[in-house]
Amino acid sequence: MIPAAFEYYRPKDMDGVLSILEEHGDDARVMAGGHSLIPMMKLRMADVPHLIDLQDVGGMSDIELTADSIRIGALVTQADIIDHARLAAAAPILREAALQIADPQVRYMGTIGGNVANGDPGNDMPGLMQCLNASFTVVGADGERDIPAREFYEAAYMTAREDEEVLTTVTIPLPKGGYAYEKQKRKIGDYATAAAAVQIVKDGSNCVSASIAMTNLSDTPIYSEDASAALVGTAVDAAALDAAVAAMLEDIDPTEDNRGPIAFKNHVAGVILRRAITRAWSRA
Amino acid sequence: MKDEVTREERVDNLKGMGCSRKRVEDARFTQGKGNYVDDVKLDGMIFGDFVRSPYAHARIKSIDTAAALEVPGVLAVLTAADLEPLGLHWMPTLAGDKQMVLADGKVLFQGQEVAFVVAEDRYAAADGIEAVEVEYEELPVLVDPFEALKSDVVLREDLVAEDGSIPDGAHGPRKHANHIFTWEAGDKDPTEEVIANADIVAEEEMYYHRTHPCPLETCGCVASMDKVNGKLTLWGTFQAPHAIRTIVSLISGLEEHNIRVISPDIGGGFGNKVGAYPGYVCSVVASIVTGKPVKWIEDRMDNLMTTAFARDYWMKGKISATKEGKITGLHCHVTADHGGFDACADPTKFPAGFMNICTGSYDIPTAYLEVDGVYTNKAPGGVSYRCSFRVTEAVYFIERMIEVLAIKLDMDAAELRRINFIKKEQFPYTAALGWEYDSGDYHTAWDKALKAVDYEGLRAEQAQRVEDFKAGKTRKLMGIGLSFFTEIVGAGPVKNCDILGLGMFDSCEIRIHPTGSAIARLGTISQGQGHATTFAQILASEIGLPADSITIEEGDTDTAPYGLGTYGSRSTPVAGAATAMAGRKIRAKAQMIAAYLLEVHDNDVEFDVDRFVVKGAPEKFKTMKEIAFAAYNQAIPGIEPGLEAVSYYDPPNMTYPFGAYVCVMDIDVDTGVPEIRRFYALDDCGTRINPMIIEGQVHGGLTEALAVALGQEIAYDDMGNCKTGTLMDFFLPTAWEVPNYETDYTVTPSPHHPIGAKGVGESPHVGGVPCFSNAVQDAFRPFGNTHTNMPHDHWRIWKAANELGLHG
Repeated sequence: MIPAAFEYYRPKDMDGVLSILEEHGDDARVMAGGHSLIPMMKLRMADVPHLIDLQDVGGMSDIELTADSIRIGALVTQADIIDHARLAAAAPILREAALQIADPQVRYMGTIGGNVANGDPGNDMPGLMQCLNASFTVVGADGERDIPAREFYEAAYMTAREDEEVLTTVTIPLPKGGYAYEKQKRKIGDYATAAAAVQIVKDGSNCVSASIAMTNLSDTPIYSEDASAALVGTAVDAAALDAAVAAMLEDIDPTEDNRGPIAFKNHVAGVILRRAITRAWSRA
Repeated sequence: MKDEVTREERVDNLKGMGCSRKRVEDARFTQGKGNYVDDVKLDGMIFGDFVRSPYAHARIKSIDTAAALEVPGVLAVLTAADLEPLGLHWMPTLAGDKQMVLADGKVLFQGQEVAFVVAEDRYAAADGIEAVEVEYEELPVLVDPFEALKSDVVLREDLVAEDGSIPDGAHGPRKHANHIFTWEAGDKDPTEEVIANADIVAEEEMYYHRTHPCPLETCGCVASMDKVNGKLTLWGTFQAPHAIRTIVSLISGLEEHNIRVISPDIGGGFGNKVGAYPGYVCSVVASIVTGKPVKWIEDRMDNLMTTAFARDYWMKGKISATKEGKITGLHCHVTADHGGFDACADPTKFPAGFMNICTGSYDIPTAYLEVDGVYTNKAPGGVSYRCSFRVTEAVYFIERMIEVLAIKLDMDAAELRRINFIKKEQFPYTAALGWEYDSGDYHTAWDKALKAVDYEGLRAEQAQRVEDFKAGKTRKLMGIGLSFFTEIVGAGPVKNCDILGLGMFDSCEIRIHPTGSAIARLGTISQGQGHATTFAQILASEIGLPADSITIEEGDTDTAPYGLGTYGSRSTPVAGAATAMAGRKIRAKAQMIAAYLLEVHDNDVEFDVDRFVVKGAPEKFKTMKEIAFAAYNQAIPGIEPGLEAVSYYDPPNMTYPFGAYVCVMDIDVDTGVPEIRRFYALDDCGTRINPMIIEGQVHGGLTEALAVALGQEIAYDDMGNCKTGTLMDFFLPTAWEVPNYETDYTVTPSPHHPIGAKGVGESPHVGGVPCFSNAVQDAFRPFGNTHTNMPHDHWRIWKAANELGLHG
């Protein structure tokens, strides 16, 4: 549990970060809270000869709310999200999800930027961001660009961010309607056996829009467009729930691990999604 | 002189037995001032760490250390070839087998120690490990003990004769190259006859999965060989420091007086720290070779994957009864998976520990037990994880068999227990498998427990729940887990308990200081049990000096009297008895001194709380404080100066704590998630020394029981890869997962123990595992379940529901 030797950098600004990245290419990694990367380094599963700590780079620790969107800096911690009253009012699903991530000690260090950028299929925020149709701002030598969360994840630990780019901001359109983040896990601190993020908008007695994403049931988070579509125009009755679950099961591709075999995970994914939709609908 | 202080106040001032005295250890532990082995820092200290095998079974073709020796800071790399000239490439195990210290030509489990890298710091050692090049040739892997007993693959070539025959092992004849021993207890033919002719026979096969004690502090040591005076000092996480000293002496050839073993503060043991591990031997050798102190500390993965597994018993049972439910016979066969080496920590004559306590709390006239030990490609160990030797397995077995029999009889399991309990008037009771239970009052405890939880009401609620479930009104089932256990602790009588020939007595040495305070040293070692608090309380009551004035010291073999250490709940039954007996020697001498000072005959004074008084004249007395001063400073004819005593206690019998537990659980059939609504634990540990510490021990033991029952396992894939080597997958419950515990008690003192105490630290684990498991099983009983194996994690509970057709 001792990492290989590495060079530690703590630049004061983003130019400093980018110049180190440019010099060392994929031998360098940036670190926000470090709660994914450092364990990987200690297990010698990640080899990072040049580690760049972002803590002294300013401008990435704010939560800004506007009339139609939320901007969250990459260095905002899960604890910051939980404690932010206006954010909790504007997008309560963020708080509900953050409270189910790891444990309080980890949440004081773990950041939203690290959580979404690392590409770990077990992390909760990527699926949630897909549900909320967020976009990620990355900055590189050629300037900034925005990448939709729904196009960001390519495979486990593989994302649309280039090695020389840094994820700086998460922007979320102000969510509407009812919400739920439902997660089954073996114990506190565990990754999900299955988790579902649901936002749902009701008009009269019918669903007019829905968004569904699943966590830790494939090598990337799964935004299920078909499952979402299955609810729209319905009264979210039993038939609609069945259709949404069936559509979601077409999209996920779980693997067997110590949490259980594939049949179990598929079954639990269905149960969790059903509960998430039901709860979100009750809040819509 | 008028005595201003009432007798009651004098009793309170002592903080003796029965007082919930606050733990004196906690002031340092809660302020980060403990002194653990990793806190030992010596001048010039260097560090060792292991190259470990990635394979479960492989031949080692070559080990190239050249590149590792080039790594800056690396000082040496030891392999079996380096240890062989010293005869230290193998070491004896506690079970009469031998174990490779460093891989000698092959490896038998993933994580096995292959080479020991010694470096200036831990970082250099870790880099050095990466640079050691080992060439392996993979061999067929055996992870299933039943397969191992049929396989042509020989795991231990060292245990097969040149002509291919199988020599006897430490415990008698072996049936196969991968077979270790067969151990029997009870009467085979009569038991089989009773079962063959019985009205009712219930049969079940159950696997008690492999798991691992998980103390917060892992194992480690610091070895320091002083080449000038020839003395070796060994600090380490040892649950039995004196035994380690003797073993080190026997292995190394160093004379025992030249070895000092020190167990500093220990961060939990639970059996993990009883055995001797390759890290200790390699650290000692490295210190002898380099002349420098060498530290070795396991990381969490080393700990989980290589030192001291527990359980791994495949148990097959038959239980017979009359139509009315009176049990007539019990038959048990165990296939015991011991891994690559037989390193079980059991008394020598008991290769399956006290598994023969498997008749439990019941009056079973005829019984037979047979255990076959088997080698596989898994880590060695077989320790008693928060229990006396293999008692959790025994109690799990009988408490499951009772439930299975209740199903067969279509009878309430609480009632079945009640009609089969050993009755109060039958004690001392000799069980069919040989043990003499010292005392018990099971019916009283059981009735109290069932009344406390409103058992009838719970059953009515459960019946309604089943109706609601069938009607589609709920998807949660309710389980009522019952367990009644009898522990067998306090090993033990030297006549039948020894480890490597070391008799399992224990000891206490007391010195009273002239001003009326004292130090007592014991052969045990606390790992969190609170000995410094409770042993002082025993002494306070015995010698009449306040517990706050008594220092308890353990763990330094240069100062403490010889003892066999702390595990198997033996500290209070054995060392606690020694403490009381040594205290009584002090008191006997104090009586003579008091009589002299009071100018009366010895028989004319009597002990009263904190003093000796003249019989019939309580205003004439000498306090123990006054007596202590006189003992040192007054010339008393015929009496030596000083006030000291030592006692070595060889218990006449084990002690038999017992308890009655009830768990109420709700189970989400669709996700497999269990929710513990209520847990009631009644413990009878005989005389209660410190009720607060007892409650703490019960909470801890129940939590480890919850862990084992609901998910904690060491699992391997078919290639022998350990799948649960980190705390991500190895279940260690936190406050979040732990329910509220309701504790209760009855008091049935041990008739043969000087203060009637029986030991309690492990009871809740022993009784808790079957209670949690029975709750899960009971929830599914109305749908046809008889047994499903632990650990009851989400997917296995889901699987049970699925197989019963509960998912539609």
